[in-house]
Amino acid sequence: MRPAEETADAAEAAGLAVSEPVAGTGGVPDAKAGRRPPVLVAGLVVTFGVLVLVALASVALGARSVPFGTVIDAFIAPNGSSDHTVIRELRVPRTLLGLGVGATLGLAGALMQSLTRNPLADPGLLGINQGAALGVTLALGLFGLGDPTVYFWFAFGGAALASFIVYTLASSGRSGSSPVRLALAGVAFGMVCTAISSAILRMDSETFDRMRFWLTGSLAGQTADTLVRLAPFMAAGLVLGLLLARPLNMLALGDDAGKALGVAVNRTRILTGVAVTLLCGAATAAAGPLWFVGLIVPHAVRAAVGPDQRWVLPYSALAAPVLLLGADVIGRLIARPGEVQVGIVWAVIGAPIFILMARRKRVAAL
Amino acid sequence: MVSSRLSGTGLTLAYDQRVVATDLSVTIPDASFTVIIGPNACGKSTLLRALARMLKPKAGAVHLDGSVITSLPSKEVARRLGLLPQSSIVPDGITVADLVARGRYPHQKLMRQWSKADEAAVAEAMRATDVAGLADRIVDELSGGQRQRVWLAMALAQETPILLLDEPTTYLDISHQIEVLDLCADLHEAGRTMVAVLHDLNQACRYATHLIVMRAGEIVAAGDPTEIVTPELVEQVFDLRCEIIQDPQTGTPLIVPEARRRVAAATA
Amino acid sequence: MNVRVGSWSVRLAPRALLVTVLLILIGCAVSVAALATGEFTVPVPDIIDALFGQGTPVAELIVSKLRAPRVVTGLLVGAAFGLSGAIFQSLTRNPLGSPDFIGFTAGASTGGILAVVAGGSALVIAGGALLGCVATAALVYLLAYRGGVAGYRLVLVGIGANALLLAVNSYLLTRANINDAATAGAWLTGSLSGRGWDHAVPVALALAVLLPLCAAISRPMRMIEMGDDAARAMGIRVEVVRAAAIAAGVLLSGVATAAAGPVAFVALASPQLARRLTRSPGVTMASSALMGAVLLTAADLAAQRLLAPTQLPVGVLTAAIGGTYLVLLLRKDRH
Repeated sequence: MRPAEETADAAEAAGLAVSEPVAGTGGVPDAKAGRRPPVLVAGLVVTFGVLVLVALASVALGARSVPFGTVIDAFIAPNGSSDHTVIRELRVPRTLLGLGVGATLGLAGALMQSLTRNPLADPGLLGINQGAALGVTLALGLFGLGDPTVYFWFAFGGAALASFIVYTLASSGRSGSSPVRLALAGVAFGMVCTAISSAILRMDSETFDRMRFWLTGSLAGQTADTLVRLAPFMAAGLVLGLLLARPLNMLALGDDAGKALGVAVNRTRILTGVAVTLLCGAATAAAGPLWFVGLIVPHAVRAAVGPDQRWVLPYSALAAPVLLLGADVIGRLIARPGEVQVGIVWAVIGAPIFILMARRKRVAAL
Repeated sequence: MVSSRLSGTGLTLAYDQRVVATDLSVTIPDASFTVIIGPNACGKSTLLRALARMLKPKAGAVHLDGSVITSLPSKEVARRLGLLPQSSIVPDGITVADLVARGRYPHQKLMRQWSKADEAAVAEAMRATDVAGLADRIVDELSGGQRQRVWLAMALAQETPILLLDEPTTYLDISHQIEVLDLCADLHEAGRTMVAVLHDLNQACRYATHLIVMRAGEIVAAGDPTEIVTPELVEQVFDLRCEIIQDPQTGTPLIVPEARRRVAAATA
Repeated sequence: MNVRVGSWSVRLAPRALLVTVLLILIGCAVSVAALATGEFTVPVPDIIDALFGQGTPVAELIVSKLRAPRVVTGLLVGAAFGLSGAIFQSLTRNPLGSPDFIGFTAGASTGGILAVVAGGSALVIAGGALLGCVATAALVYLLAYRGGVAGYRLVLVGIGANALLLAVNSYLLTRANINDAATAGAWLTGSLSGRGWDHAVPVALALAVLLPLCAAISRPMRMIEMGDDAARAMGIRVEVVRAAAIAAGVLLSGVATAAAGPVAFVALASPQLARRLTRSPGVTMASSALMGAVLLTAADLAAQRLLAPTQLPVGVLTAAIGGTYLVLLLRKDRH
């Protein structure tokens, strides 16, 4: 290892914070030299194309095998057959949900990592998933609210509360929100939530039985209704998040540099927090705690397009659903006639990729 | 032949697969103030790290007192040879006194953790670097210059006859740079062998008794600065046209880069 | 503060000393309370008689057959978790580098769940946990090794492994029948209930072997916290110390998990709590071990008595107590 790299590693290890020496003009972390906007735009278009293909595959493929012609018929000439019903009522909502959840989680991860300058920031690490899970546990276990359209509000509330508490905790004190404090606060709070959840589950085996499926994260079993309710939150979070790219670029240089460049630091932080809460709350409510999506996708994206948030954010929002839906399709196909939850497939595919990236280089660049 | 406790012969130095230098031989004269200098990425820090056994050479060997350095017990080496690395990590919340005290590690045993000699060495190191007044401060809260002096104090507390310093003046303003270098010169006069990697050629010429000039992994020249530093050497090593005059204070070579107009005239 | 006797000398920080003494006292008090109280209250003087085989048969049964092993297991397991957490957090210079975060505990859980599903006895489950822990650690170490193990890479690789294993664990739980899943679920939250001397002895043996090793490497490890070059310059064989530390840390967390299940949070929280109380730079092993022991026994006491007769698994309480306490400390943290 070169000394420079070792130093950077050490610095990262010490503070988890990584500030890349910034090349480019005007102090803005520019995309990697050689990757000019036309290439990046083309890449974005290609990613979108792949996303469409994966979405089509998700509609066409599943535990039940349906011929391709029938799939097309289901849209142009629905006849109410069971195949058509499966496609229209189950697979299409599920695909749309996968798209929405993937995009929200990918963007949420990218936003969190950028805001906290912490390459490990992820809804799981910062206690947001655990907050949502606690909300659902309370709904199911204490209040006996088994209806998904009701308990997702609890998940949503739990996620929002968790992000608020963790962030408040980490930003109090003299030195403000340092990445390590944030991570520690997230983990500590997440632990408390998990402890309370498991105490409840421990005393209530019926809830435990239902929760063990929800807890692995799954796109199955949600209706179009859920999607309709959550869509506004997801959309609002996506728009808000994408608009924050420029100020976040400035904040990446450090709070002081950001301030000097005219960024309203606190406003940016708060708005980012709001966007993250909307995104994570909606996604977790819809699909359960999907670990790791928000962690790994932005890492891979940064490795490909460089540190400019104006590209990282949209790429993350597009690439995450490709991978999430892909994992979901694989999960449906490998265990026919049953299926493996997307959260599991995702981790089994994603974790080795993440490990390889960690080995290869400094994944941490932000 | 000058006597030398520390030398390297036939060194091939590499990080993973990237070779920085091949077949490099270097001798550090005893009781010298040796300065290694050269443009960025010429391998000077790499050479220093190899001399301090931080980096195992792919070929060749570093000798300390006639033995291959890697064959000696590491703690034994640490009592003869100290290193101030280019970057170290400050443990959270540690005080200046505690950090400097850690320099006594090679002299301590599990059951003899803090002898009177340790105490005296730490006090002396803090006095020499003028950080005694900061003893109870948290290192994290110090300025860059103060922090660098604290690290230097830690290396001094190690009380080694040979002390290697990797860019000890980085992060320091000019007066602190001179202060640190004066301190090194004092230590040198008190009988220690000092080896430092420096950036500033003029400072190197002023303080070094033995200068090692590197370029692209090779030693281009070595010897007394007044004898080896010439405009040709500077141009060869740094691609810089210059004039060399006598330092009015010390009589050592002083490099004055050519002014813009004259460069333009020369190329016209 | 320096203590010198002849050529021996030891350096002590007064505050750390005070915290250590306090932790020992609290540990004793909690242990006595755990021995004395419960469905059947044994007066304190009788406890001593019972422990030395002089008490009434009933008191002897309750104290030395039922309660004492549980308390001792709790103390030992807590100490082992705390120590293991201190080792890894020091190595990675990162509070998140603790074994419950970098996959070791998850690996132990995988081993444990597999043993549960295979219908293994308690001993098999313990063996599975130990094996899972060691195998995961070996894998993470190998994957993170590139001409030395940098702390940060170890954390990242570990987090990847952790995610993978958590997924595997929940997959196993969804595939298992409800009874196995419930047993595994209970084991996964960690518990000290029904622990006998046969649980305590392996942990005691492991500690007996590993404590001296930890004492020997604790000072070199503090040097390594300042960076590899700085430590090497002080004459420390960095990779040797690091390998020994990893081996000790893995064995400690493996043995502890085998005895009590993956008790949440003790390994992560103990070093952080201890260092904030002692205000020492970096993590310190002795106080972390004591903190772990106190945290686990206190949590176990609360788990037994809080909602009696419902017995909560101790893992729930360690997370609740340790988490809340850490959150409170973080709130007024200076660093």
